Amino acid sequence: MIEIHNIHKSFNGKKVLDGISGVFETGKTNLLLGGSGTGKSVLLKCIVGLLKPDIGSVTFDGTFFTNNKLDIRQEIRRKIGMLFQGSALFDSMTVEENIEFPLKMLTDMSKSDRKDRVNFCLQRVGLENANSKMPSEISGGMKKRVGIARAIAPNCTYLFCDEPNSGLDPQTSLLIDHLIKEITEEYDITTIIVTHDMNSVMEIGDKIMFLHKGKKLWEGTSDNILDTDVKEFKEFIYSNRLMRDAKTVEDERDDRV
Amino acid sequence: MLHHFGKYLFFLFSLVRRGESVRVIIDKAFDEAILIGINSVFIVGVVSFFIGAVTCVQVSYNLVSAFIPRSTIGYMVREMTILEFAPTVIGIVLAGKVGSSMASGLGTMQITEQVDALEVMGINAASYLVVPRILAALFMFPMLVVIAMFLSILGGFLAGTLTGQITAQEYIAGIRTDFIPYNIGFALIKSIVFAFLISSISSFRGFNTSGGALEVGEASTGAVTDSVIAILVADFVLANLLL
Ligand SMILES: Nc1ncnc2c1ncn2[C@@H]1O[C@H](COP(=O)(O)OP(=O)(O)O)[C@@H](O)[C@H]1O
Ligand SMILES: [Mg+2]
Repeated sequence: MIEIHNIHKSFNGKKVLDGISGVFETGKTNLLLGGSGTGKSVLLKCIVGLLKPDIGSVTFDGTFFTNNKLDIRQEIRRKIGMLFQGSALFDSMTVEENIEFPLKMLTDMSKSDRKDRVNFCLQRVGLENANSKMPSEISGGMKKRVGIARAIAPNCTYLFCDEPNSGLDPQTSLLIDHLIKEITEEYDITTIIVTHDMNSVMEIGDKIMFLHKGKKLWEGTSDNILDTDVKEFKEFIYSNRLMRDAKTVEDERDDRV
Repeated sequence: MLHHFGKYLFFLFSLVRRGESVRVIIDKAFDEAILIGINSVFIVGVVSFFIGAVTCVQVSYNLVSAFIPRSTIGYMVREMTILEFAPTVIGIVLAGKVGSSMASGLGTMQITEQVDALEVMGINAASYLVVPRILAALFMFPMLVVIAMFLSILGGFLAGTLTGQITAQEYIAGIRTDFIPYNIGFALIKSIVFAFLISSISSFRGFNTSGGALEVGEASTGAVTDSVIAILVADFVLANLLL
């Protein structure tokens, strides 16, 4: 369980996060939903410690993270896996070396144990036999899978995903979304997913937090999402649906040509 | 200007504050050293060979007095290339070759969040990525400069003898006249100082990239100009201090 309390963050006097609190539950896919530029990525970076909140604190299973001693923060970081928006694979390493990297740096596993673990993780994300490929040789969807495999390789307890289906076609998005949900439930980890995609929300959102202009405006589950009476959230859902409809029309038009 | 220099010093300090294990750093430094060697040995060879050749031809052209022995040409080529051309010109060439690739490599890692990926794992990314690059440069640059010394003297020899301006005996006698071993030491000290300046400045520029591909390009050219200026200033300072 991850708790955030009253997180504030500004850049050069511009307020990006304005006092956000909330709880992210273990074994569930927790979604941070919001339009582009609302501070979702900044919030995620504040939680994992890539950015330091101006005010506020983050607690991982009861242990304070923000502002705690370096070795305690390092201890928690070892349990964090993260999938970045652009996958952020190390482009000078093969797929196998990418996944092995955190094992090499963070654990004292033997070489053969590491190799087994890499193969297990690759298999888990459905990428057997991609071991020796370079990141530049694989598709966007495969990169995301490798990114997930790298994140879960050291047995992470917390998984963070920033826009896991950005740049992917709808079918691949769906597969990646479900993969993340399966892994979350299978290993009982705490997963936080940043997204602006209502499809993901309806498919895999156990718990949803809607952000708008640096504030949390709504919180709930995908079942009660349509009952919302928050004006901004209604607009968001509506515009998302409009976009999707427009896209369908476009696709149909493409089909005709 | 002063603000940037302060940030640069702070960056250098951050490299040693929380480092990775020595073994990891050394391993990585080896890989980087091999990369530096492979990527730059060709250009270093070509540049130094021709610098030696041109120096020889020009000295010969200016040396018309019958009272000065022709072997002086060899002597002059040796002095000029070992003291100044090999370390400084090669420093500038390496700023263009190694410095720009360090800056663009690190800049790309920064904007594609590879640096963040390291940090999330609890790795001090600055130290893990930059310290091996600096060590590799410190290790490789003197070697490249030694190669450059040999090749420039060889270039002078071939240019002088093939164009008939000096005989092989005269040239060899020239390069053996009044040899001061300290000059080689001085050149190597210069190459080590340049190695540190180029690798740290370029890493600093690359590491502080934000934005996109355009900014990576800017970091890369900025790294080269900053390094070249630093090299020339350091060259002047060292010549005053150590000669
Ligand atoms: N390192 C930074 N420095 C300055 N401004 C930033 C930085 N990171 C994010 N911002 C600003 O914060 C706002 C929210 O960004 P972000 O969290 O990336 O949005 P999103 O919700 O699309 O992920 C944006 O206006 C962005 O310009
Ligand atoms: Mg974002």
